[in-house]
Amino acid sequence: MKITEEHIRALLSEIPDPEIPVISIVELGVVRRIHLIDDTSIELNITPTYSGCPAMKQIEDDVRKKLIENGFTTVKINMVFSPAWTTDWLTEEAKNKLQKYGIAPPEHSTEDKSWLTGKPKSVTCPRCKSKNTRLISQFGSTACKALYQCQDCLEPFDYFKCI
Amino acid sequence: MTTQEALFQYTLRIADTNLILGQRLSEWTGHGPFLEEDLALTNIALDITGAAKSLYEYASTIENKGRSADDLAYLRNDRQFLNNQITELPNGDYAMTIMRQAIVDCFDFYFYSELTKSKDETLAGIAQKSIKEVTYHLRHSSSWVERFGDGTEESHTRIQNALNELWQYTGELFEMTEVDALLIKVGIAVDLSKVKDKWQKHMDDLLQKSTLEKPENVFMQTGSRKGIHTEHLAFILAEMQALPRMYPDAKW
Repeated sequence: MKITEEHIRALLSEIPDPEIPVISIVELGVVRRIHLIDDTSIELNITPTYSGCPAMKQIEDDVRKKLIENGFTTVKINMVFSPAWTTDWLTEEAKNKLQKYGIAPPEHSTEDKSWLTGKPKSVTCPRCKSKNTRLISQFGSTACKALYQCQDCLEPFDYFKCI
Repeated sequence: MTTQEALFQYTLRIADTNLILGQRLSEWTGHGPFLEEDLALTNIALDITGAAKSLYEYASTIENKGRSADDLAYLRNDRQFLNNQITELPNGDYAMTIMRQAIVDCFDFYFYSELTKSKDETLAGIAQKSIKEVTYHLRHSSSWVERFGDGTEESHTRIQNALNELWQYTGELFEMTEVDALLIKVGIAVDLSKVKDKWQKHMDDLLQKSTLEKPENVFMQTGSRKGIHTEHLAFILAEMQALPRMYPDAKW
């Protein structure tokens, strides 16, 4: 059977994000290009979510390990910066998974720049679904998250911020 | 000077500026005035140290003499660092840290906006990545400048003092050398005089909103483009570089 890009994608979908293990690195959108050279050689492009994301090295190691376990002997992984990673690449399914995990998914497209200057749009509490929430800090437990609190159920929660 | 040498110097300048500010900010880790601010500064330090890492890696490939990104960060002396002096200044009180951050974030915002148009694809890519992060940094630092300036008498005094102290280091941000001239010609470098106009206007608006007075007729410090620094840089390097210099074979 010939190995295709789809097989590789399925294989990499088994690798969880090291910091948010409910979604895979494929759903996160960090795998940008898969280039099969032959049956044992492969080249991949991955892109960081944030410049200093400490999980990137872990992701690279996990990808390499997974491919070597599956018969590849030459694995080349390139880190690319352009186009820059955006939360727009998160699938709807990934967003649902985040919400079930207790992390509010990004609420709008990064195409909409109004939030940069004006009042940020309301963020929905992942627990009680109330829109009556407030920003505690634009910076949270990991680079990709902000800290919010629900004014109705009073639970603090992480929000996956739009970039 | 060849284009390659100029590009190496230019990339190092941006890398050094990010690394030194990242190192300074990370001194706040565990010492922030409250938990959320501690996390904010740690996150910002992480973003800019990450950008420095990408830039050193690129500088290493441009130079192509076998010096790694780590060698460039850890095995050069103060006179070889090209970071803007404002980034090496001690953190001072929180007003000082925040005002320095607002000045640099605002510069970075307009600088990276221009750099995304660079003909050098790697620099443009790193700029595209960084601009998204800097947008958050700038919102954070500006909102604190405003709160301090328009806050209590104490907070107003402190942030005004920070501004008065730091203003002398803002001239250097826009200094251009033959490195810039050479690279502007080939569409790689940013014309800093354009960045200056936008930065000036943004800062004027911010200071006015924050009821702060912009210092006038200030003598502007200079030197970092030639590797001349304040006394603080050698100390921060001594601390940061101690381990790799003491154990040259150490690996992460």
